[in-house]
Amino acid sequence: MFNRKDLLGLRDLSEDEIMTILETAKSMKEKIDNPALRSDELKKSSIVTMFYENSTRTRMSFMLAGDYLGAIVKDLGVATSSVNKGESLIDTGKTLDQMGINVMIIRHQMTGAAHVLARNVNASVVNAGDGTNEHPTQALLDLFTILEYKKHFDGLNVTILGDISHSRVARSNAFGLTKLGANVTLAGPSTLISSSMKSLGVNVTSDIRGAIENADVVMGLRIQFERQKNMPFPSLREYSSLFGVNAEMLKYAKKDVLVMHPGPVNRGVELSTEVIDGKNSVINVQVKNGVAVRMAILKLLTQADR
Amino acid sequence: MRLLIKGGRVLDPANSIDKVMDVLCEDGKIKAVADNIDEPADEVVDAAGKWVAPGLIDLHVHLREPGYERKETIASGSRAAACGGVTTICAMPNTNPVTDNEIIVEYIKMKAEKEAVVNVLPIGAITKGQKGEELADIGRMAKAGACAISEDGGSVANAGLMKTALRYARMFDMPVFDHCEDNTLSGKGVMNAGDRASLLGLKGISNDSEEVIVSRDMILADSVGAPIHLCHISTRGSVELIRQAKERGVKVTAEVTPHHFALCDEDITDYNADYKMNPPLRSREDLEAVRQALKDNILEVIATDHAPHHIDEKNCEFEKAANGIVGLETSLSLAITELVEGGILTPYELIEKMSTNPARILKKDNIGNLSVGSDADITVIDPDREYTVEKNKLHSKGKNTPFAGRKVKGIAACTIVGGKIVAEYGELK
Repeated sequence: MFNRKDLLGLRDLSEDEIMTILETAKSMKEKIDNPALRSDELKKSSIVTMFYENSTRTRMSFMLAGDYLGAIVKDLGVATSSVNKGESLIDTGKTLDQMGINVMIIRHQMTGAAHVLARNVNASVVNAGDGTNEHPTQALLDLFTILEYKKHFDGLNVTILGDISHSRVARSNAFGLTKLGANVTLAGPSTLISSSMKSLGVNVTSDIRGAIENADVVMGLRIQFERQKNMPFPSLREYSSLFGVNAEMLKYAKKDVLVMHPGPVNRGVELSTEVIDGKNSVINVQVKNGVAVRMAILKLLTQADR
Repeated sequence: MRLLIKGGRVLDPANSIDKVMDVLCEDGKIKAVADNIDEPADEVVDAAGKWVAPGLIDLHVHLREPGYERKETIASGSRAAACGGVTTICAMPNTNPVTDNEIIVEYIKMKAEKEAVVNVLPIGAITKGQKGEELADIGRMAKAGACAISEDGGSVANAGLMKTALRYARMFDMPVFDHCEDNTLSGKGVMNAGDRASLLGLKGISNDSEEVIVSRDMILADSVGAPIHLCHISTRGSVELIRQAKERGVKVTAEVTPHHFALCDEDITDYNADYKMNPPLRSREDLEAVRQALKDNILEVIATDHAPHHIDEKNCEFEKAANGIVGLETSLSLAITELVEGGILTPYELIEKMSTNPARILKKDNIGNLSVGSDADITVIDPDREYTVEKNKLHSKGKNTPFAGRKVKGIAACTIVGGKIVAEYGELK
């Protein structure tokens, strides 16, 4: 069951709602490779992407997801829009609302921006990343990928490594995975992780090897230099040697461990190139699944009975 | 003009009075306080069942004028005060231009004289433009009638300059109101660091950002032998530091806001910026600590940090939203509901914290007491009246309160300034 106006985060979704999205995404995936299967079931819907922060994957996959289902898809070029003239987020949203937009997809540097927008517009709002809060569609595509390979979540050991404190991906995954019964470990240097994250029901550690031991899934995260004020570690050299994952370190995980990363990757920092391109890596599969999951979300939101 | 207040429970801690008595005012001054005054008066207030207290004094108010008149003006802020039972408000200097010289002090006094309905005492900045680089004209502001100096909104980051300011201000008997925050620690935080910030994905402000400066500035004040008044204390650690300093004999006083004794970070459930202020709502543990500190008189003043904002500055992204909430019209009711009804303070102790002690810190003996000859500033309080806080009933231009919809008990039944009734039961007269 999925009957919401907006998709703002995994914190508020039920297990049932998450599984509905993942189920719907399954039937979408074949449409990506086989143009003959693409449909026009969303031809009565108009979608706009509003990206206040840079993005390759998320924005493109949302736009393509809309295209593959026959929707009208527009991008608000934030840099060339009235946002640059100081228009408020609420005013921009209300303006687009009047133009008949059905779904607004927003990425914003501030936590809660999608929530503020959702409260002020009639259109459905999809959070494509808000500040250091959530990135629900990324987590849903991660869940989809894990389910594809592992067939279940119950008791899986999922380790998320790197810049945890700034990562909305880690947070959305933590909310989703714990709801579905996985054991989640967040690992990183003490300056990039906060012990209060334990309150999310996850393990928190700076012992990278311990975190990788027996892992079914290892997910690397990029260090978000753009969100740092004081550098939280001395050098990239020290970081990659003490907190990065290379092939040697990966041996401590289970043999069939999945290596994941939301991208973009800082090669040789959080993951070594051999790990990124190795046989356990599903980083490219994640990208394709991202389109499928976003197709599912657009379909569910536009067809919700509300 | 004679005003007689009959049969109320007179609470005047400055004179150690807690007794049913009558109070007679004449020509703006207290004329007599006695068991039964049977003299003719132009107006009689029946105070049976009510408390009769010296007018409440709020040491920490942002009136926004000059510069930010769309948030609040001296006229509107003073009316909010009157409706909340507050007869004297101290106006913080983070105006535009900053109140850092005697000309702005004179301007505020002149505007208050013409437009305000309660007493307005301007506070000067510690440094020019509140930039933390060089001392403001502290002496000239003192001569012009500034009641204190403060850098409120931030601390003087340079410890050497802060020490100089404490030493210099002491010469003019100017109280120093200290906003305690190390910016390098609070950084870009927007709410209390902790589980709730983790849940909401908002950047946290840790307790140490306050405690480091509380500690530093008490050491500096002690070292130059000057008094210091700490603004809006919010953490358990600060309370402990103040407790220890008092035991050592440091001349420190400290205030707490109603929101810090009534709310905690767990009350933030959505990204509603009416819950955003600095210092932020702290943890439940901190909340319990400041309530205990009120009881133990470690915190001897209740002040609102009344911070009105325009709706556009609050109805936006939480991180972008302005800090602060309005407080003048809810402080007394919240204090009675949470502290008196909650068994933390007696009515007598409440008046100490909202009138007697603030007057002492300001070194003013014409307010904060009901001595014969003092200003006839009186708040008659109905401790039993229950009502629900509503945004659209506030007289402040700012409607930014997290208390909307909250049921409270106790209200200023009658606010008297200079022997004249200016407000009754939350409405202007």
